[in-house]
Amino acid sequence: MPTDTIFALSTGRPPAAISIIRVSGPGAHAVGCALAGTLPQPREAALRTLRDPDGAVLDDALVLRFDGPASSTGEDVVEFHCHGGRAVVDAVLSTLTRLGGLRPAQPGEFTRRAFDNGRIDLTEAEGLADLIEAETETQRKAALALAEGGLRRQVEEWQAQLLDLSARAEAAIDYADEGDVEGNADLSRYCVTLATTLSSCLDRPRIEPLKDGVRVIVAGPTNEGKSSLINVIAGADRAIVTDIPGTTRDAIDVPLALEGVPILLTDTAGLRDTDEPVERIGVNRARALAEAADVLVWLGDVHDAPDHPRLILVHPKADLPSCILPLEGTLPVSSVTGEGLNALLLEVGRLARSLIPAEDALALNRRQAAHLAEARDALQAAGTVEDVVLVAENLRAARAAFDRLTGRAGVEDVLNALFARFCLGK
Amino acid sequence: MYDVLVIGAGHAGCEAAAAAARRGARVGLVTFRAEDVGQMSCNPSIGGVGKGHLVRELDVFDGLMARAADRAAIHRRMLNRSKGPAVQGPRIQADRALYRQAMAHLVDESGVELVTGDALAMRVDAGRIAGVETSVGLLPCRALVIATGTFLDARIFVGEEVRAGGRRGERASVPLGSQIREIGLAQGRLKTGTPPRLDGRTIDWARLEEQPSDSTAWTMSALDDRVRRPQLACAIARTNERTHDIIRSAFSRSPLFAGAIEGRGPRYCPSIEDKVKRFADRDSHQIFLEPEGLADQLVYPNGISTSLPAEIQLDFVRSIEGLARVEIARPGYAVEYEFVDPRRLGSTLETRDLAGLFLAGQINGTTGYEEAAAQGMAAGLNAAAHALELEPVRFDRRTSYIGVMIDDLTLQGVSEPYRMMTARAEYRLSLRADNAVSRLGQAALAAGCLSGRRRSAIEAHFALRASSAWAETEEGRADALYAPYLERQQREWDAVQRDSRVAIPAELDFAAIAGLSTEMAERLEAARPETLDQASRVRGVTPAALSALYVAACRKAA
Repeated sequence: MPTDTIFALSTGRPPAAISIIRVSGPGAHAVGCALAGTLPQPREAALRTLRDPDGAVLDDALVLRFDGPASSTGEDVVEFHCHGGRAVVDAVLSTLTRLGGLRPAQPGEFTRRAFDNGRIDLTEAEGLADLIEAETETQRKAALALAEGGLRRQVEEWQAQLLDLSARAEAAIDYADEGDVEGNADLSRYCVTLATTLSSCLDRPRIEPLKDGVRVIVAGPTNEGKSSLINVIAGADRAIVTDIPGTTRDAIDVPLALEGVPILLTDTAGLRDTDEPVERIGVNRARALAEAADVLVWLGDVHDAPDHPRLILVHPKADLPSCILPLEGTLPVSSVTGEGLNALLLEVGRLARSLIPAEDALALNRRQAAHLAEARDALQAAGTVEDVVLVAENLRAARAAFDRLTGRAGVEDVLNALFARFCLGK
Repeated sequence: MYDVLVIGAGHAGCEAAAAAARRGARVGLVTFRAEDVGQMSCNPSIGGVGKGHLVRELDVFDGLMARAADRAAIHRRMLNRSKGPAVQGPRIQADRALYRQAMAHLVDESGVELVTGDALAMRVDAGRIAGVETSVGLLPCRALVIATGTFLDARIFVGEEVRAGGRRGERASVPLGSQIREIGLAQGRLKTGTPPRLDGRTIDWARLEEQPSDSTAWTMSALDDRVRRPQLACAIARTNERTHDIIRSAFSRSPLFAGAIEGRGPRYCPSIEDKVKRFADRDSHQIFLEPEGLADQLVYPNGISTSLPAEIQLDFVRSIEGLARVEIARPGYAVEYEFVDPRRLGSTLETRDLAGLFLAGQINGTTGYEEAAAQGMAAGLNAAAHALELEPVRFDRRTSYIGVMIDDLTLQGVSEPYRMMTARAEYRLSLRADNAVSRLGQAALAAGCLSGRRRSAIEAHFALRASSAWAETEEGRADALYAPYLERQQREWDAVQRDSRVAIPAELDFAAIAGLSTEMAERLEAARPETLDQASRVRGVTPAALSALYVAACRKAA
């Protein structure tokens, strides 16, 4: 047998309405029969009573059978859709462990097998991993776009254009004396055009804010009510609130979703000069966080606010009568009365949304963006050299970058493009 | 007892025999007919882009082709003259008779013994080659190079007419073919074709565009034997709509389309009927009219290889401007032949299944004289190594096109006749036709296969490289031109080097590696890569499969 057989609980932690346990590998069907007696036809579902080797009933479950290579992993797969109680799931999993000939899957192993067996490429594998981790609706859609090969399709389109350019360059080199080969005068121009297309894709919002949440940092001098604000937004006492300046020492993260946009709201230590060592570390960390923030919510004197491209100036404690009048351009907010809270959240949401990819748009992660940028740079270089050999060399570098992006490769692809396009050879 | 026997005296066989002899082996060269040594069975030209690079490379090892070409050249052309030095390709038109004569002379000079006869069967003893049964008796040997070209069970097609045979008018090696099949080496059938040969006296040259020979008499070989033949011009003719109509109306009579030929032809050398069918929108195709010799009236119309019936060939050729009254001396034909899966060979071109058996040339699925000759030389050098217990000579894809070709063949196999193109070489900028001596000189010196004259030439070249005058040489200027790119390639190469240090043990069972799909395991098993770097070039092997392989190879080594 080329590989071993693995199993895992593929849905979230029980209790739940149903829990799906997947088995994949050469022994999957045997395992299925051991538990369910008989298996349904491939790609059909059937109700079966699952029993352990001693004949004790474990659960009545829906059983699905897939035959490799036409399965999600490319191997034989059996799925048990069990009732989602803890005891049921535990019993099925421990029976599988006892059966022998199979083992619990490592994290990501099902996806890894799908990739190994050529069922998905690298970008799809990444999308699938994101999909499993997705918590908000927007994350889910972006991950789904990746998993369904959205990026792959886009990349394939660019690759096809690139192959076409390479084929022209190669034809000009290897078939120098043939009348059928067009001149390569336009070649540089096309290279630059494709580079520009890649650039505009690279300028679009990346997937990280979507995956990790947009970092919204609440910062300002001590005792301005930052922690109170966080608590009222989070709806829970996440941060300790006292009248004593310098109460908040460390950054406190509150993940939340605003209209489907994942946000990581962070309370920070109040900024002041202090000799207290722990507080000083907190203050330094707060300054660093404010600098790296995607959105900065500033509570305090407007003139002390740091420069930031997405800055919200809050006039805090708006309920206190002693308070000076809010300045123009600041948002009066009261954690006590709730005044201005909605306006603040709206503004945070608006700024956060500008940082994340539109729901149906393709978003790149850092790795993908890095390879795409390499390809773009090579194409730009190809557009600036005269000698067709150097154009071809830069195109080769661009192709290599794409290959690293999707994990596919081949000179053969260039030759195919070349001979499909030109009538070459004597 | 011969150290090395070579069957077939074509381009691969002659190089193999002479190379083995240069390493000190006693060599016998078995051929049907002595007068066929070095016969150019197809196009009378040698070199070109990629192919010219191969010729320059084998010349560094004192291979024969470059010098024979120089002695027979009646037309020279440096292709890609206007492009970068990396892809400039020297090509000559040879006088067929002079070429054959030069090749026979060089083979004879190398001390190879010519055996005229039929090779009938291999004699195998305990899994090793022991000799060859021939029509003139059993010839024992330590190593055998089979270089029979299309002569293994070949079939010739002219229209509906089919005959057994390799080259026109000659026999096919049927018994040897069945033996190769018996030991499981044969893979499938490929096809190739030639155009009709024209009588040059019936061509109206005045109506055609002339293509003169280069004015500078550069040579293929780094050793100039100072032979200069008169230079002839070629001419360019063009097909027209009427030509295409004639061809189209006869599609049903082409064995290609009627299904009689099952072998796959090369994409880059399509027959004229293929061109007309696949590129229906083109209203004209070029034809290069190449004289076959100084004293020969035959002209080779390069670009119209065909297997249509003879009378159709005459019809369509006469529809072409300048050829209205042309006579066909011999009709064109298609050849379908059997080839061996080159993935069954190691990087020395020795078969993995039978120790001492080497295969070279068209039998490995390649096309072209230069590809054949380069393999022949590599097989000959290594057959001598096998017989005399010398160091094998391996070619690297970073330093030679010969390396690119052998690497491609033995790892990827072929699905169509393999022809060298510079597009196949990822290190193209360093693999130039003008720097073959710099790239391969050291390896050639180490292989111990050089004449005194060659040795001094290579040593002089390295002395010049080390001097301050180098920067002013043509090669030195080309080095400087590509230097920034070569740095990037060096970085890529470092990664490759790391991978090539990870050896894949010969006994590693791919099917037992966790994380390798059955399909991946089968591909790897067919190619049996020797290092992780080679494995990365096996077609369809994914990066994930490579990492699984890497883990398995390391575990095995630990």
